Amino acid sequence: MSSRQQEQSVIESRTFNLPVDNIDTDQIIPAQFLTTTERHGLGQYCFHSWRFHGDGSEKTSNPLRRHDPATQQVLVAGSNFGCGSSREHAPWALLDFGFRAVISSRFADIFRSNALKNGLLPVTVDEAVADFLLDHPDRAVRIDIARHTLAIEGYGEFEFPLDSFSAYCLTRGIDQLDFILQHEDEIASYEGTDAPRS
Amino acid sequence: MSQGLTLFEKVWRRHVVREETADTPAILYIDLQLLHEVTSPQAFDELQRRGLKVRRPDRCLATIDHSTPTTPPDADGTRHYATAQAKAQVDLLHVNCAAHGIRLHGWDSPNRGIVHVMGPEMGATQPGMTIVCGDSHTATHGAFGALAFGIGTTEVGHVLATQCLLQSKPRTLGIRIEGELAAGVTAKDVILHVIGAIGVDGGTGSVIEYFGSTVRAMDMESRMTMCNMSIECGARAGMVAPDQVTFDFLAGRPLAPAGAAWERAVADWRALASDPDARYDRLVEIDATRIRPSVTWGTNPGMVIAIDGLIPDRADAAARDALEYMQLRGGARLAGEPVNVVFIGSCTNSRLGDLRAAAALLQGRRVAAGTRVLVVPGSEATRQAAEAEGLDRIFRDAGAEWREPGCSMCLGMNGDTAQPGDLVVSTSNRNFKGRQGRGVRTVLASPLTAAASAITGRVTDPREFLGKKA
Repeated sequence: MSSRQQEQSVIESRTFNLPVDNIDTDQIIPAQFLTTTERHGLGQYCFHSWRFHGDGSEKTSNPLRRHDPATQQVLVAGSNFGCGSSREHAPWALLDFGFRAVISSRFADIFRSNALKNGLLPVTVDEAVADFLLDHPDRAVRIDIARHTLAIEGYGEFEFPLDSFSAYCLTRGIDQLDFILQHEDEIASYEGTDAPRS
Repeated sequence: MSQGLTLFEKVWRRHVVREETADTPAILYIDLQLLHEVTSPQAFDELQRRGLKVRRPDRCLATIDHSTPTTPPDADGTRHYATAQAKAQVDLLHVNCAAHGIRLHGWDSPNRGIVHVMGPEMGATQPGMTIVCGDSHTATHGAFGALAFGIGTTEVGHVLATQCLLQSKPRTLGIRIEGELAAGVTAKDVILHVIGAIGVDGGTGSVIEYFGSTVRAMDMESRMTMCNMSIECGARAGMVAPDQVTFDFLAGRPLAPAGAAWERAVADWRALASDPDARYDRLVEIDATRIRPSVTWGTNPGMVIAIDGLIPDRADAAARDALEYMQLRGGARLAGEPVNVVFIGSCTNSRLGDLRAAAALLQGRRVAAGTRVLVVPGSEATRQAAEAEGLDRIFRDAGAEWREPGCSMCLGMNGDTAQPGDLVVSTSNRNFKGRQGRGVRTVLASPLTAAASAITGRVTDPREFLGKKA
């Protein structure tokens, strides 16, 4: 997918907060929008039932009403972000909505994997750091992907875990499928000798 | 002497094409990829864009289940999809599978069904395999001692093109469950209890192995129900070591080995069980004798109580928010709440044993006035078997709807949804806000609890019906 993925090494942005734990992928994009066969244009459905009534009118309680896509490209959310369904439509929707990174004290495994494959950066921080950000909305942050650091204005700089392979792919736009394809000989050899019965 | 290996480690080691390094994840070989219409279109697109072929169509198995209607077709065969886009998605899977030589079990197949019901029924799911699908409930197949997990669409494309995945080795979580289950308590109650105990993120980063006397005593359907919901505590996968119960289930299935190959396979499968001195990164002990029929009261699968217990009186924001959405009060009972809809189905609980359990309660009884009951078998084969023993008649006579196989109201993307504000007692796996329709309140439960609630029209402890004739 990384042909579409822009090379990026630093994200400078203000934060936007959704102070809710266990935000599942059904919230990020409800199943009714999964009949698409495209991966583009899903931002309109992002957090759809949080933003809109059944008749399509906007909810006064819409927590994303004040989101400014021009300045707030970093989402800060509660713990266990992206739990539930494996739908990759969730990072596609978040990216199309205007987010480039999500900060949480914990990410669900499949969401994290899906996000990294699409250039949406999951930034895992200690609970204290997450709590600070959740208490201080619209904060200026600087995320350096190559150095795995998150700098928060007036608070400090923190390292976050990012495996070197993902960092390499993210910063250079290298594709994971290309990497596997480079090892085709080993795959063929495995299939020839070790393949379990099918 | 080297440390013994867990079931997971044995399966992992058999499939490493290239070891993990400091800079790169392992390349893991995938024996079987299951495909369905929702999470595959963009993966096939990517292959086409790059000019790649499907490497091993013989290691793919496809079905249609999520976007498909569960109402019968018209006399002329017309199916009533929720939207034109849903039909287009199903049609596209037919096009993609035909173009790449992949076996697709569509409307005309006697095997079509929910992907996680169909695979085991056909014998495609076997011990020691690596199995993936663009669906988080792929962990179901771990009941056979396979390493099975859900992946995203980009990874579906990776497996289509290379039959491999990049993976970092997960941690292991052993869950030992000991003791006999009380009457009226099922595998669904066990897994809800486990998720309630360790939390919705208690398994994150881990592969679970379920073991202990309770697990050994379970049939394959029960083991599937339990492994199915491993993702609901955040685990990548759930596994049970294969044993005679597993082999007896698989013997004679269309895609299982036969003849001399069967004997060799069973000998090989027996060696997969965790060694006695194997260690897990973390171990959790569960006393099964204390488990009661369990239900969820909130908006994630970790918000669990015993059905005769009280809704927790918690002051935290998550609980307050969940109670407000569910229109429930902390400190009150959930049992007795009026029920609008009962859904018996999903990859968690739509197999023959689930349908038999629900039918046993409903036989000779009536669904409560004002309560709608949907029974959706997991596959065509399950439907045929259920109809052969008259279960459809029992459900219909009781006033329930007997539908065609599919995911249906588990996630409602085929239009099988409830109305805003409805309380649904559901045998599915997720009670997230809006999952079964906008504003719908979901209570996860076993088929027994669902059937008992259908009869009374209220959330009901199935033990009230135990041993009682209609």
